[in-house]
Amino acid sequence: MELDVVELSRLQFAMTAMYHFLFVPLTLGLSIIVAIMETVYVMTNRPIWRQMTKFWGTLFGINFVLGVATGITMEFQFGMNWSYYSHYVGDIFGAPLAIEGLMAFFLEATFVGLFFFGWDKLSKRAHLMVAWLVAIGSNFSALWILIANGWMQNPVGAEFNPVTMRMEMTSFFEVLFNEVAQAKFVHTVSAGYVTAAVFVMGVSAWYLLKGRHIDLARRSIAVASSFGLASALSVVILGDESGYSATHSQQMKLAAIEAMWHTEEAPASFTLVGIPDQEARETHFAVHIPWAMGLIGTRSLDDEIPGINELEARANERIRSGIIAYDALETIRVDREATDPAVMATFEEHSADLGFAFLLLRYLDDPREATDEQIAMAAEDTIPGVMPLFWAFRIMVVLGFAFIGMMAYFFYRASFCGMQFPRWALIGAVAVIPTPWIAAEMGWFVAEFGRQPWTVDGVLPTALSVSHLGATELLITIAGFMLFYSVLFVIEMGLMVKYIRKGPYMDVEETDAWMARHEHRLRTHDGNVPDVTGPAATPAE
Amino acid sequence: MILHELISYDVLRVIWWALLGVLLIGFALTDGFDMGVGALLPFVGKNDTERRMAINTVGPVWEGNQVWFILGGGAIFAAWPPLYAVSFSGFYLAMFVVLAAFIVRPVAFKYRSKRESQTWRNAWDWALFAGGAVPALIFGVAVGNVLQGAPFHLTETLYPMYDGAFYSKFLGLLNPFALLVGVVSLAMLLTHGAAWLVLKSEGNVARRARNIGFVTGLITMVGFALSGVWLAMGIEGYALASEVVSNGPSNPLHSEVVRTDSWLSAYSERPWIIIAPIFGFLGTALAVRGLRAGSEVGTLLWSKLGIFGMISTVGLTMFPFILPSTVDPNSSLTVWDSSSSHLTLFIMLIVTLIFMPLILAYTSWVYKVLWGKVTEADVTANSDTVY
Repeated sequence: MELDVVELSRLQFAMTAMYHFLFVPLTLGLSIIVAIMETVYVMTNRPIWRQMTKFWGTLFGINFVLGVATGITMEFQFGMNWSYYSHYVGDIFGAPLAIEGLMAFFLEATFVGLFFFGWDKLSKRAHLMVAWLVAIGSNFSALWILIANGWMQNPVGAEFNPVTMRMEMTSFFEVLFNEVAQAKFVHTVSAGYVTAAVFVMGVSAWYLLKGRHIDLARRSIAVASSFGLASALSVVILGDESGYSATHSQQMKLAAIEAMWHTEEAPASFTLVGIPDQEARETHFAVHIPWAMGLIGTRSLDDEIPGINELEARANERIRSGIIAYDALETIRVDREATDPAVMATFEEHSADLGFAFLLLRYLDDPREATDEQIAMAAEDTIPGVMPLFWAFRIMVVLGFAFIGMMAYFFYRASFCGMQFPRWALIGAVAVIPTPWIAAEMGWFVAEFGRQPWTVDGVLPTALSVSHLGATELLITIAGFMLFYSVLFVIEMGLMVKYIRKGPYMDVEETDAWMARHEHRLRTHDGNVPDVTGPAATPAE
Repeated sequence: MILHELISYDVLRVIWWALLGVLLIGFALTDGFDMGVGALLPFVGKNDTERRMAINTVGPVWEGNQVWFILGGGAIFAAWPPLYAVSFSGFYLAMFVVLAAFIVRPVAFKYRSKRESQTWRNAWDWALFAGGAVPALIFGVAVGNVLQGAPFHLTETLYPMYDGAFYSKFLGLLNPFALLVGVVSLAMLLTHGAAWLVLKSEGNVARRARNIGFVTGLITMVGFALSGVWLAMGIEGYALASEVVSNGPSNPLHSEVVRTDSWLSAYSERPWIIIAPIFGFLGTALAVRGLRAGSEVGTLLWSKLGIFGMISTVGLTMFPFILPSTVDPNSSLTVWDSSSSHLTLFIMLIVTLIFMPLILAYTSWVYKVLWGKVTEADVTANSDTVY
């Protein structure tokens, strides 16, 4: 187990996971926006809404397929690159992944083909149902994946079995209703909705600036801004919920995000900005807001939030307790059923800290022989990189609040100002298209980098999780993924741009004719000139 | 929670062993013809319209079919964690090639006809060819290696280790027996793809598929028979030497395993399993005859029976072994010692019993909606929307 294999495995996982998440948020949100548009079409029978459904559906399809393709890597690389992880927690972690396939992915993938191919083969209502099933399937996928990920952050409902040398499930319900998983799910899908809303608004704004497809663009902004406003509020509120649940389940991550070096007297202050210095354990140029952290983190005035130094001291104790568990485990492994009950009792008393003993494997082969110095080093390892977490988190939060402002503004203009948008706002909407992706990637960075040095918090260190591979094999696959994914990215972006430039190209004549009649009708009504005999062109409406 | 004890641990293990087979067979029966069509593409379609016709026979369904593969990964993870851990990391580079194929294939389907350029389309057609042919071959090679055993051992803490340098790990997979099984697998899925094309396309595409399928069907049968002979003559089997503890904890090191002369001793212990290879031959033979005689639905169904028989043959012959180890037979993974916990197997069974019928129901509905041949006119008239 060389260190470079661990680092390379982490690099590959980070790369492929973050790349996967370039496509997932848009799939989550756009599937719902498209289904909403089709619902309006089926309810009102207006062809413009069918054209919108098909147009955004085309862009959805271009994006969806890469989400699926890169998701395949995710499903298999736990076994490929993290074989000890897979053995050690597969009993719990595998279940939500398999259920995701059974319950969600089959649904979305089976119906997505019919969404594109079924326009002439299905009734309107049946096709609408298909659109919603794709959206529901996509979102259920996210639920199960986040239950799996939530368990890595807060491993509940499981215990270590010394005979099988792995974690085993004790309560499926605890895994399912893990508070971290639930908060993460809503936070993550809402972030996906915001991403799609920003995307739809940006593309529509570009059309308005160019004076093209005005009808489609305005209606799309109306849908996206109302959907986006609700979602942006939900992202921030549920993000706060995640923070609250982190207060008791992931204390080190929380302390690192906030660069809280010392335990402060409650209620703790919130560090708005600053430059965290991990060596010196202090934050330079810090700007504090009194009380804020205590209120957000504990929702009380007198609960303390532990700081990094205190958590490190606790880790030191847990490593020592873990060594006792490790020692007992060695006996149990040899004696099996014949193990002395006293040893068994000792093991059970300390087994919750077993993972902490594994942290020492980086420094020596047998944790029982660790020196105080090595234990101190392992305890220090439990502190993740504070500076990157501190800033990634702040970038995400600032963007989150900015999205609320943006959505509220467009919602207001769409609802109360006759769909008129000033030029600066439209240019702004185009310019900010990439920002939700930045926010989403920052969010995942905080979640995963903030959990280090663990793959499963407090249970299994990252360094022990990897497969028995050589650096050469990893370099081959990393180079392969880089090349492959870069080419696919260029191709995907090329097609996206091509189809956005092309604009809606399906049902054009029918929609234009209907729009002309529709506008004529609006004019004749607004002008207060009752024109009963006017062009009898709207029998169907 | 004691509800899960309603079904005993050993029964659950056998059920999940069977479900593992169901998933592999489900994958081969559905995504198998998608891969077959992809691999046949350069040979059945001589111009763009013909190739589009072939692609659009699977256009609306390949995505759902591919989920069998992904679910296979997830289910192995959930029900057989040691198998998931040992096999995917042990066959690391081979898995990478399979992943590459399964990543490029969806993209090829979706993007191929989104630009007019013939260079663009030709490139994606080759991607579809490779995306079908390469995994079809590798899956067979993998099965060939599983039958021979893989060079891994488990440490006392059940950490999977592999012996040999990385190139021997990768190139070592390509031994003669494994390659033969790879050819059977490729020929089997080509035949299945041909049977699908005969049913769903017309004209030149269907005619060429018929001719190719006839040949690949014969190759499948000959290859399958040869593999059987080879297994009888030249491949050692494995057997449990210690007392079988089917209800014990999942620790592979607790049992003792020895090499035997041949896997085929299973046929004297459980003679009824001969039914599996008989189905394999019979189904494939009748599919070949169907291709000759011009039947459509029947041919596809016989082809399915053949695949069912051939894949079951492997599982039933090896039972209770799942992945034997060449370097340390005691590390071999068997049905009795490499499953998830009793509770997890039970919960996953309940979830499967709820969702599998639903999946089969809505998938059938989708196939029913899409029933009928894809014609040249379908492709030319909907040029903007189809693949």
